[in-house]
Amino acid sequence: MENQEVIQIRDLHRDFQVGSETVHALNGINLKIFQGEFVSIMGTSGSGKSTLLNILGCLDTPTSGEYIIHGTSVSTLNKNQLSELRNRRIGFVFQNYNLLPRTSALDNVQLPLMYNPDISSKERKERALHALEAVKLADRIHHQPNQLSGGQQQRVAIARAIVNDPVILLADEATGNLDTRTSYEIMTLFQELHSKGKTIAFVTHEPDIATFTTRTVKLRDGKIILDENITQQSAATALAEYEKNMKHDQI
Amino acid sequence: MGIINLIKISITALLRNKGRAFLTMLGIIIGIASVIVMVSLGQSSTQNVRSELSSMGSNMIMIMPERQMRGGVDVGSGNSLTQKDLKSLQNTKYVRYVSPSVSSQAQLVFGSKNHSGSLQGVSPDYLEIRKYGMASGIMFTDEHVRSNAKVCVIGQTIVDELFGSGADPIGKSIRCGRVPLKVIGVLESKGQNQMGQDQDDIVLVPYTTIQTRFAGNKNRNNFNMIFASATSEEESELAATEITYILRNNHNIKEGDEDDFDIRTQQELLSTISSITEVLTLLLSAIASISLIVGGIGIMNIMYVTVTERTREIGLRMAIGAKQRDVMLQFLSESVILSLIGGIIGIFFGLIIAYVASKFMNLPYVVSQSAIGISFLVCAATGVFFGWYPARKAANMDPISALRYE
Ligand SMILES: Nc1ncnc2c1ncn2[C@@H]1O[C@H](COP(=O)(O)OP(=O)(O)OP(=O)(O)O)[C@@H](O)[C@H]1O
Ligand SMILES: [Mg+2]
Repeated sequence: MENQEVIQIRDLHRDFQVGSETVHALNGINLKIFQGEFVSIMGTSGSGKSTLLNILGCLDTPTSGEYIIHGTSVSTLNKNQLSELRNRRIGFVFQNYNLLPRTSALDNVQLPLMYNPDISSKERKERALHALEAVKLADRIHHQPNQLSGGQQQRVAIARAIVNDPVILLADEATGNLDTRTSYEIMTLFQELHSKGKTIAFVTHEPDIATFTTRTVKLRDGKIILDENITQQSAATALAEYEKNMKHDQI
Repeated sequence: MGIINLIKISITALLRNKGRAFLTMLGIIIGIASVIVMVSLGQSSTQNVRSELSSMGSNMIMIMPERQMRGGVDVGSGNSLTQKDLKSLQNTKYVRYVSPSVSSQAQLVFGSKNHSGSLQGVSPDYLEIRKYGMASGIMFTDEHVRSNAKVCVIGQTIVDELFGSGADPIGKSIRCGRVPLKVIGVLESKGQNQMGQDQDDIVLVPYTTIQTRFAGNKNRNNFNMIFASATSEEESELAATEITYILRNNHNIKEGDEDDFDIRTQQELLSTISSITEVLTLLLSAIASISLIVGGIGIMNIMYVTVTERTREIGLRMAIGAKQRDVMLQFLSESVILSLIGGIIGIFFGLIIAYVASKFMNLPYVVSQSAIGISFLVCAATGVFFGWYPARKAANMDPISALRYE
């Protein structure tokens, strides 16, 4: 399984037509992501990070270029097939969690499986419980979003993203709404998932968050300007360090 | 997505906003309830008229004289029904009972009490034709008719007015002008008829008695009317044809000339009244269904608001794999579920209101199964029709911009 390509992108363009002007949000991207990688996608605001992630997640289709996910060429698929692909092979985590209000954590996590008719309601519940355990929220399964902290809500969202056992987990500024401490906690969780074999692509513009990944891809004006493997820092250690400093500051 | 998951998703979505769901349903509830009330009251009054008419004798036939014009000259006098007609109608195939009717206004006096009413001169068959029963005593007989006997059979109202309720008037004599009439029987009470007339305010006397003894009567040999009764309800029309034939023959009416009499069967009356009440019911239901349309527009309105409000939810569902069809069906089934539940509640309330109203108006309570069935279908159709555009709007959203929606 090692070194298998999960994502393969060749000369990918994404243009937006705004009035009479064309915005080249992605301008010739070549990228491969392998099984088991933890990639951070960096870049200034407007550099095309979200656009790239949306295409990776099959929410958006490229203007030109080729995108192959897990052996499937996306350009050959119709809308329904894209939906199915998202449902079976992709997990999304958003900056603003996007949980259904007034719906328990358990039901929120089950949601993707509701759109998969092959999964029985029993299996659905089991898998949702399992996913909530993996994000350490086994004791909060009946809580509704407004009864959970931001960090906990993001954990529910992560559980929802992994419940369908996706080939790649996509996160767009997943720590963007969280304080430093909670961000470290979430990153610890992502590292755990990564160590269990998940492939993750993670958009962030915080350099210290990027150090918890194994590879950084930097965008500018829709082009990749840097793509390098980095030494992964432990988020758990950073969290411990941070808490020690906080205690120190309080004294 | 399976149908069970679809319904589950829709119901949980609706339960997330119970108050609004209820308010949305309110329009449908009111619409369906009013349709149910209108239809069932319409049907119960139709039924009421029917049973009223058949209690009067559903195979009754009334024959009335009619002025007849021939070449612009009035040749009939409106007194065309005679003793001869009566005789010939007694020997027919489809007519079982015949009774003439002549009436006379009279002041009825007994002791110090009096009551102004009318005497009705009939033959003994009249009882059968009009479905009157005897409460006590006997009906006068053909012998009384032959002998112009000074006897009468009276209704309960007359008993109450002249003798006091509970009194036994049999054997006593009522004075009508100068003529004393001996009471030989009392009719069973029938109450009021559909038009509010008191059917117990009645004095029956042999028709010959009226013709011979009540001088005010100008037409000694003619009848105001002839009542007949067909052998059965189904044979009413045959009987009417037969009577027409006989009377035309008796009156020497040439082919092509108009009848000098008018025949009304109870069947005709029944279908006339039924068609009137049916049109009325239809009209009222049509008015009531306007509120159903308003209810449907209410659903559409709320569904639009809901779709806009839940833009992010829609984006999310699409992002995690909902197909356009899934989103469309979700919102469609939400509106169908809303209108169906509203419909069920509406039917329930409609039936209760119809029940109370029919008790209040003294009508029989009719549960119209067809109205319930149609209401149900209309609700489902309303849900689909008014949910369609909002659902399509939801399904056509772009997931990326939907997810970004604030
Ligand atoms: N739907 C759209 N229509 C027109 N232009 C768009 C659209 N989406 C993105 N763009 C443009 O594409 C470029 C890249 O946008 P993108 O959202 O990918 O940036 P980003 O790197 O995610 O920025 P941020 O860090 O602020 O989230 C921007 O210039 C943006 O204006
Ligand atoms: Mg972005």
